[in-house]
Amino acid sequence: MIDGKSETAAGLDLPLPWLGTILAFPPVRASKNLIYGFLEWFGELAIFFWRVVRAAVTPPFEFRELFRQLDEIGSKSLPVVALAGGAIGVVLSLEARHSLTRFGAKSLLPAAVVFAVIDESGPIITGLVASGRLGAGIGAELASMKVTEQIDAIEASAVNPYRLLAAPRILACILMLPLLTLAADFCGLAMGWVTQTLAEPVTFSRFINDGFRGATFNDLLPPAFKTAVFGLIIGLIACFQGMRTRGGAEGVGRAATSSVVLSSLFVIVADVVLVKLILIFFP
Amino acid sequence: MQTLDRVAINPGGTGQDGNPPAVALADLHKSFVTQNVLNGISLTVSRGETLAVLGRSGSGKSVLLKIVIGLQKPDSGSVLIHGRDIAGLALDQLGDVRMKMGFLFQHAALYDSLTVEQNVAFPLQHHKREMSASERRGRVLELLAEVGMERALEKMPSDISGGMQKRVGLARALALEPDILLLDEPTAGLDPISASEIDDLVLKLQEEHHMASIVVTHDLHSAKTIAGRLILLHDGKIEIEGAFEELQHSDVEFVREFLKHS
Repeated sequence: MIDGKSETAAGLDLPLPWLGTILAFPPVRASKNLIYGFLEWFGELAIFFWRVVRAAVTPPFEFRELFRQLDEIGSKSLPVVALAGGAIGVVLSLEARHSLTRFGAKSLLPAAVVFAVIDESGPIITGLVASGRLGAGIGAELASMKVTEQIDAIEASAVNPYRLLAAPRILACILMLPLLTLAADFCGLAMGWVTQTLAEPVTFSRFINDGFRGATFNDLLPPAFKTAVFGLIIGLIACFQGMRTRGGAEGVGRAATSSVVLSSLFVIVADVVLVKLILIFFP
Repeated sequence: MQTLDRVAINPGGTGQDGNPPAVALADLHKSFVTQNVLNGISLTVSRGETLAVLGRSGSGKSVLLKIVIGLQKPDSGSVLIHGRDIAGLALDQLGDVRMKMGFLFQHAALYDSLTVEQNVAFPLQHHKREMSASERRGRVLELLAEVGMERALEKMPSDISGGMQKRVGLARALALEPDILLLDEPTAGLDPISASEIDDLVLKLQEEHHMASIVVTHDLHSAKTIAGRLILLHDGKIEIEGAFEELQHSDVEFVREFLKHS
């Protein structure tokens, strides 16, 4: 039997024998495998993305499937996104009221709610809710098609599965996330006003006028449209994880879970980068 | 040992009719992480001919079929379809070749969100865009009638039996009028009567459409019924090739063992 130590040392043919010993140390070896696995995953994701882009920009275009996915991803996600947006509006209004009253700045409450919702809470909540709903839905659907050979059957019928399955889903995610974000923003503001007016009656127009005083389109649109990037991340990862699944029902479960976890994680990482970019380009 | 070496393999050459064979595989190798599945397979199938591929589970029969239609790529060797090597073709370039092939999957692989009618119409919708909806429906009815499934038009795949799913899968495979038909375990998991019906159906379709067919099967009775020529895979190679009678009279130990247990 070849142990890990001699295998690693022999495989790498290292000039320094002690380096081989270090690399054979189980935690080091596990880290190395993790890094290799991560790089391999990224490489495969990049190839997948290239195939989808190439399929999406060359005819025939699958418009019917795109419209079906716009409905599936957009209108069917609307209730849950609106509910999440509304809940965030209530929470922000309660928290902001509590904090601002302590500092004697209660008059800033509408502006605090408006900016908190449209700048960050609306987009990120939409991104995370969509990661959960769409990541699991797309990942599980495509994984199920993969393990039952339906994707092979599509290919065997001389139809490009990247064009028929992946491209419409990813494009629909990109197009619908900003619109869902605007809906979440609206619900957040509406519920923020309801919460405010229950404590201290104020008209909706007054609340909005006070909140948006001094705001420009640069405050509203870039945060909403950054979610197009979230849509790309969610659609791409969910399609990728679904279409590379192996191993029956267990594989389908794994694909759904990994789609949600990875897309949520990458949405948060992307948000960090995008917030900084928005602050630079739309000061 | 009787091997295919005795059979003249000339993948790039022409058949008796002066045309290249419908399918010609030459020195095909395919391995997965720990297993060498195909180890130098060469064979040809001409138009109108049916070849049955036999072998134990995991002997690479289905892999062979998937390589022929380009769903898997060989490590080395050539896959000639009507004289054109498809082994190195990209996904979009494979489209033209695949339109000449029909593939029946082991578990039918019907699209579970579509009705029987929509399943059979799927290839037509994507490749016969000039067809009107009524023409397409007429063609789907014709295909379903051919496999005896015209009454299941509106049913979902989950509402019909395994044998019926295979019939619908066959109808879908025939939709683009292929000249090569690939069947992966057409009778697996079916009761003897349904299996016999599928065999009769495949025979009828071959007579009517005069296609080149490759049938992967465990079922020796089915292979004998529908194929004129059989090959037996063992250890990634073709152990024996010939008519059923030739296999029966073989003195190769693995062949005798395989026939004894089939």
